[in-house]
Amino acid sequence: MANIEPTTLFFAAIFTNNILLTNFLGLCPFLSISKNVESAFGLGTAVVFVMACTTGLNHLLYYKILVPYDLVHFEYILFIIVIAAFVQLVEMIVERFFPPLYYVLGIFLPLITVNCAILGASLFMVIRDYTLVQSVIYGAGSGIGWLLAITAVGAIREKVQKANVVPKGLEGPGITLIITGILSLAFIAFSGMIQIQ
Amino acid sequence: MSEILIGLFSISAIAALLALLLEVADRFFADYGEKHIVINDDKDLLIKAGRPLLFTLAEEKIYIPSACGGKGTCGLCKVKIAQGGGPVLPTETPYLNLEELADNIRLSCQVKVKADVQLEIDEELFNIQEFTVAVDKVEPLTPDIKYIGFKILSPEDGITFKAGQYMQLEAPPYKLSKESEFRAYSIATSPFEKNTIGFMITRVKEGVVSNYVHDYLDIGDTATLRGPFGEFCLRESDREMLMIATGSGLAPIYSMIQKIYREGAKRKITLFFGDRKPFDLIYHEELKEFEQSIGDFTYIPTLSRTTDKDNWSGEKGRVTDLIKKYIPDNPEIDVYICGAPAMVSSCEELLLQKGVPVERICYDKFM
Repeated sequence: MANIEPTTLFFAAIFTNNILLTNFLGLCPFLSISKNVESAFGLGTAVVFVMACTTGLNHLLYYKILVPYDLVHFEYILFIIVIAAFVQLVEMIVERFFPPLYYVLGIFLPLITVNCAILGASLFMVIRDYTLVQSVIYGAGSGIGWLLAITAVGAIREKVQKANVVPKGLEGPGITLIITGILSLAFIAFSGMIQIQ
Repeated sequence: MSEILIGLFSISAIAALLALLLEVADRFFADYGEKHIVINDDKDLLIKAGRPLLFTLAEEKIYIPSACGGKGTCGLCKVKIAQGGGPVLPTETPYLNLEELADNIRLSCQVKVKADVQLEIDEELFNIQEFTVAVDKVEPLTPDIKYIGFKILSPEDGITFKAGQYMQLEAPPYKLSKESEFRAYSIATSPFEKNTIGFMITRVKEGVVSNYVHDYLDIGDTATLRGPFGEFCLRESDREMLMIATGSGLAPIYSMIQKIYREGAKRKITLFFGDRKPFDLIYHEELKEFEQSIGDFTYIPTLSRTTDKDNWSGEKGRVTDLIKKYIPDNPEIDVYICGAPAMVSSCEELLLQKGVPVERICYDKFM
C-alpha cells in the first residue's frame, strides 16, 4: 500500500471512501449537529483538525512504541486515550489563546472526543499500512470528507425544515437517515474515479 | 507473565504521562488569575476566574435561581452582563429571545468569568439565603410522593417567603452523584410558619435529589436549602380563583390556599385536582375537610385511570375535562396552574379559548 500517490489518497478519502457516507462512522454527532449549516460546518472543521493531528500522533506512537515492544493488541486503548487527551489539550489552548476561534469551534471539541470516525481513521491507517505522511493526508482527507457530508446534509435539512413537508413520524433522525442514504448512493457514483483499499 | 506486566506497565505509563500533561496544561493554560465582579455598580467582588459565573457567585453567597443546577437546560439563571461576558454561546441561544439578546441578558451557568465583569442583578436576589435545616417529618403520601418537613436551625429568625415560591434542596455526594446537587421544589407549607417548611417530593427515575430524599433522608438528618425563588405568587385582586394542579403540583397551590384562608380573606376558590388512581390523590381528606369547614372553597378531584374496582364516585377524566364542564364562557376569574408542562399548556389554551385574559393566568411548569 506504500505506493499510493498522496493526491490520489487525499481525494479518495474525501469522495470515494468518504468515512461518513461509505463507512457510516461518526453518525452520533452527525445526527445531532446537522440541523443547520453553521454549526455543522463548525463541528466539521473541528473534526478535520483533530483527525489530521491524531492520525499522525497515533501513527508515531504505534510504530515507535507499540510495534517495537510487541504491544499492538493495545492499539484501541492507546488510540482512545491519545485522542481524548489531545482533544482536551487543544480545547484548553484554544479557549485561552484564541477566544474567537473557541466560540466558533471550541464548544464542539468535547463532542468529538467520542466520535468513532476519528478512532476509525486511526484504525484504518494501521490496517492499510499507511506511512506517516500518508496517514496525515488520509486523516485530513477523511476529515474534509466528513465536513463535506455533514455540511451538505445540514443544508438539505435546513431546506426541508423550511418546506415543512416531512411526515410527523419521520421528523428528526428518521428523515436525516433517509437523506444520508440517498447522499451515500450519490457518493458511490464517484467510486469509478479512484479506488483505494 | 512478563509480557502481561510489560504491556500493563507501558500502557499505564502512557496514560499517566498524558494525565500529567493535561494537569500541567490545566495549571498553565486554564489559570485566569483573579478578576473583579461588580454588581449593580455597588458591590465589588474579587474572585478566582475561570469558572462559570453561576458557581462563582454561589461561592460568594449570591444565589441566582437555577432549577437544573447549572447544566444549561432550564434557562432560569439569566442575568444582565453589562460588560465582560464575551460573545453569546450557541448553548445559550435557545433560551434567549431577541429582546434579551439586545439587552445583554445571558445564562450565568454558561458564561465563564475570564475578564472583569459588570453585572446587574435584581436586588431581591440578595435576600436569597442558605438555610440549615433538620428533618422533623417524613410522610409517604402516595407510592411516589413523600412529604418532607424540615425545622429551620439557622438562620435563627426563620424564613420569609411568598406562597407559591420554591426552594432548592441539596443532596450531598452519594451513590448516584459525585458532586453535591441542587434541585428546586415548591414550598407546600404556608408563609405563616416561620421556623418549619415542607415539600412534596416526587421520586424521579434516576433523579439525584429525589432519590436521595426518598431513600436516605430520615428524621433528625440535617440538610441545606437555598431560596426562596420564583414568581408564581398570588396577585392582588378580589376576583374568584380557579386553581388547577396535578400530582405534587398541589404543593404551591396548597400553600396559597392555606395563606388565603388563614388571613381570613373571603374569596371564592375552586380547586381542580387531577391524578390517575384514588391512592394518588394527596391530601384528599384534608382538602375535603377544608371544603366542609370553609364555605367559599370548592374541591373537585378527578381521576384519569380509575376502574370500577376503585369504587370512585367523583369526576373521571383529566383536569381539562373539568374546565370544559365547569367553566362558563368569559368568566371573571384568576387562574393558578401547577404541574406537568403538557397539562399546564393545554389548560392555558382551553382557558384562553373560554375568554380568560392571558394576564390572569399564572402558572408554574415542572422541569
